[in-house]
This record gives sequence, structure tokens and C-alpha cells, in this order.
Amino acid sequence: MNTLRAGIEKIGRTGTAGSTWFAAFLRSVTDYCYLLFITLKRLPQLIKNPDLTIAQMFSLGVESAGLVSVIAFFLGSVTVTQAVYQMSGMIPMRYLGVLVSKSIITELGPVITSMVFAGRVATGIAAEIGSMKNSEQFDAMTVLNLDPIRYLIVPKTAACIIMVPLCVVWAEFLAFLGAFITAILSVDTTIHTFLNGLRLFFNSYDLYYGILKTTVFGAIVAITGSHFGFNVKAGAQGVGDATTKAVITSVVLILIFDFLIALLVL
Amino acid sequence: MLKIEHLKKHFGKQIVLDDINLTINQGEIICIIGQSGSGKTVLFRHIIGLIFPDGGRIILDDKVISYPGIKPAEFNQVRSRFGILFQGAALFDSMNVGENLAFALREHTKMTDTEIQKLIGESLEMVGLKEEFKLKMPAELSGGMRSRVGLARAIVMKPEFMLYDEPTSALDPIMTDKINDLILSLRKRLGMTSIVVTHDISSAYKIADKIAMIHEGKIIFDGTPAEIRKSRNPYIQQFIRGQRKMHYAVEDEDAYAKPVDVTRLRKEPMASRRFSIPQKPTVDTSDPESEVPADDTYGRQ
Repeated sequence: MNTLRAGIEKIGRTGTAGSTWFAAFLRSVTDYCYLLFITLKRLPQLIKNPDLTIAQMFSLGVESAGLVSVIAFFLGSVTVTQAVYQMSGMIPMRYLGVLVSKSIITELGPVITSMVFAGRVATGIAAEIGSMKNSEQFDAMTVLNLDPIRYLIVPKTAACIIMVPLCVVWAEFLAFLGAFITAILSVDTTIHTFLNGLRLFFNSYDLYYGILKTTVFGAIVAITGSHFGFNVKAGAQGVGDATTKAVITSVVLILIFDFLIALLVL
Repeated sequence: MLKIEHLKKHFGKQIVLDDINLTINQGEIICIIGQSGSGKTVLFRHIIGLIFPDGGRIILDDKVISYPGIKPAEFNQVRSRFGILFQGAALFDSMNVGENLAFALREHTKMTDTEIQKLIGESLEMVGLKEEFKLKMPAELSGGMRSRVGLARAIVMKPEFMLYDEPTSALDPIMTDKINDLILSLRKRLGMTSIVVTHDISSAYKIADKIAMIHEGKIIFDGTPAEIRKSRNPYIQQFIRGQRKMHYAVEDEDAYAKPVDVTRLRKEPMASRRFSIPQKPTVDTSDPESEVPADDTYGRQ
């Protein structure tokens, strides 16, 4: 990996001499890949400090639950409202549940929840790591022989990989609740019809696929936040730029990987 | 003994360190002084293994610890011999004082929690802080207290070499003096070799056994505080006296003696006035070391 990185960096350096945007982009990509590689390599070391991961699961995952809940509930509501608007007069209402179920389980639930998670967590990680770097806390860890990757990035990555799927399960439950309440209160359908619709064409594989792919999104959120935190420029503006880049890149990568996973798995 | 031999470093096209040679003997306090941007912090970061040289090497007790192309993991073997106090103390924000001190001990030693707590108490006492400080968060501490906690965190691992990165730059004069006393007392109690990077010349005079001055990436002076006071190098004199301009010898020595013609200044329009009236450098007559000889072509290059 080091040889590969050195090779790619050499190409990057050649480009930097010409001050090209592409060279900087290439260097950023190699740094990102390298950070991902060493984080995954050190992931087994989290067993030595499980308390760090548990603390991160709480601060990154549990504290995101409130925001995720509100968004998920209204996501379900708006899905039903839009479905009814699009279907009315063309498709029987007994298929309303099918449409809601398929869209929430396979795409809306996992992707929107991961994006919300990225908005809160990737920015937080980038700001925290960026501030630590600017105040020499990373250097302090290094000179105390404490590996910043192991003690900071690995627990955050593990916490995101575990907590994003759990948040998605919770979000999907609330989205269905929101959809159910909206369907009963505002659409001319019965509880029985809607629930039957949910069960119709239900495939458990869709559910597992939707949840498991978010482990990748969790890793993307943590690594992207850490990457931009590591490469922060000095000053408050540097930290601001890092958080903005972290959330934008996370969201873009989530959508790209959502497409790639669908292409490979489905 | 720590030896720096022909150390070179550049960032892009900028040469930051250019053939640095320095020897630091066991138990001495050396102050590395220089203007901002002179390269002293880069030299400091080389000594503690945060960056590695493009040329030259660093030798610790006859063992080469840093050279071009070294893997950072190789330096880890000697890292525990160094303790560092960073400029802003670099305390871990998310941990309280006790946890800051205990972090490295928990990871690198097999000490019990009781032993760790005892050691933390001793370290805090050495820097003049009470044990109750253990529960305070870094955000609750003043600049001086943060420096002390940073120092306690560094000495808790019992390093042989203590490095200070501008330890007094953000402190008031009283706190500066306290930190200087602390550096001296820690050397006395623990026998550490101390390397202090600073631009505070009065602190350097107080604590240093030896002063090395770095300018544009080169060591331009290496000697005792008494020797630096006697130096005839105009830049060194400018730096240690804190003067804005470098003073070279003037052709007309009497120019210093001529009184300023205030009436002429009043009458002449603003644009025609010359304000660059040469100022004779002040000499502290009570201090024989700072005296400039009568025939000295002061600052002539």
C-alpha cells in the first residue's frame, strides 16, 4: 500500500509543480484511500479500548437519534402524500403500502438517514479533528507514542459502522409509523388495506440489503470527516472549510456508493 | 548527548534548515533563539521526530535516531526518552487534567490505577499544582496553569530530554518568571537535559547554560549567555537588544551628539523633514559584559 501510495503521490507531485487542480484532487484521493486503509488495518485494535468506541457510539449515534427520528417520521408522511397524489385515479389504493414499503426499505430509509447522519456526524468529526490538529493535540499524542489513528479515527469509524445501520432500522420504523398515520388520517384507505399493502411483495432480502449497505455509508461518513479534519488549514476559516467539504463529500460518496452497490448486488 | 549533524530541510523550494550542527550535552539547558520564521520550530520538530530531515542526521547517545528516509515507526523506539511542552500546552480537550496525565501511563505501563494516581499527584506537585486540579477540564484553566499541566503531563513519563516550545510566549511577565523557575527546578530535581525554543531573550539569559541562535535556517551563534552578549554580529545585537533596525557604524560619529533642531522641524514643511535621526545604541554601564568597546566599529559588516 505504501509503495502504491508513494507512486500515486509521485504523480500528484508532478502535477503540483504545474499547480493543477487535478494534482491536488489526486493527492486528496490518495490520502483518503491511505487513511481508509490504515484505519481498516487498525480496526482490530479497538478491542483493547472498547470504552472509546462505546463513548463514540453514544456521542455520534445515540445523540443523532432525535434528528433522525423527526426526519424519518416526516419522510414516511411525505412518501404517502406523494404516492397518493401520483397514484390517484391510475393505481388502486391497495398498492399504496407496496409503494411505501419498497421505497422506504430499499432507498429512502437507508440513504436519507445516512445523509442526515453525514450532515451531523461528518461535520462534527471534521471540526473536532481539525481543531485538535490546529492546537497541536495530534502532535502531543504522537510524541506520547499514542497513535492518533488508533485512539481517534478507529473508534469513530467503528462507531459509525455500527450506529448507522441501527439508526436506519429506527428511522425505517418511524417512517412506517409516519406513513401509517398519514395514510389513515388523510387518505381514504383503511388500516387493513394499508397493512396488507405493506405485506404484499415484501421481500426480506430488500430489508437486509437496505440496512447492510449502510455499514459502507457509516465508514464513508467517519473516514470523510477524519480526512478533512486531518487536512485542515490553520484558523477558524480552515475548520469551517473542512466541515463544509466533509459534509458535501460524504453526501456525494454515499450516493455514488449507493449506485455502485446496487449495480453489484441487485 | 544529542548531536545534530548537517541537518537540512526544505518545504517546496524554500530551504528552512541549511546545514544545522549542534551538540547538546547531558543535563544542560540550551535555548534555541531566533526570529519568527527563522526555522527554530522546524528544528524542534525534527528533534522530537514529528518531521524528518532531507539531509543530515540526529544522533542520540551514538545511535542515529533521525535521517532522511527514516520510517516514523523507527523513531517510536526513542520517543519515550523525550518529553515535550507545546506552545499552547496541547492538552486533550475532551479529558480532564487527571485523564490527560494518565492517558500515556495507562497505555504504556502496567501500573495499577492507584500507582498512576499517586504519580499524577507527584507530577502536579512538582509543577506547583494541587491534586484537586485533576478534575478540572483544560477549558477551565488559565494560560499559566495549562502550561504547568502540560509540563506535568510531559514529566509523568520521566523523560531524559525535556523540550519546551516557546513556553512563555503567551504568558504575562510574572507567570513567565514562574515557568522559568519551574524549568530550572525540574532540571535540578530530575536531572533532565532541556531544550527550550524561545524568542524571549530575557528568559534565555535566566535559564540557559548555552544559547544557539538560528537565522534563515543556519546556526549563527552557539555559546554561553555571556558570549552572546559580547557578540559583534550586528544581527545578534539587534535581536538581543530588541531593536527594530540593525545599527551599523556611522561615518559621522558626531551625528549622535548633535541635538535635534526643533525650530527647524517646526518651520520646515512635513514632506522635507528627515525623521531617520540615528540613535546611538544604549549601553548598560552597570553590566561589563554588555559594554561596547570604545573603538568598536559597532555592528560594522
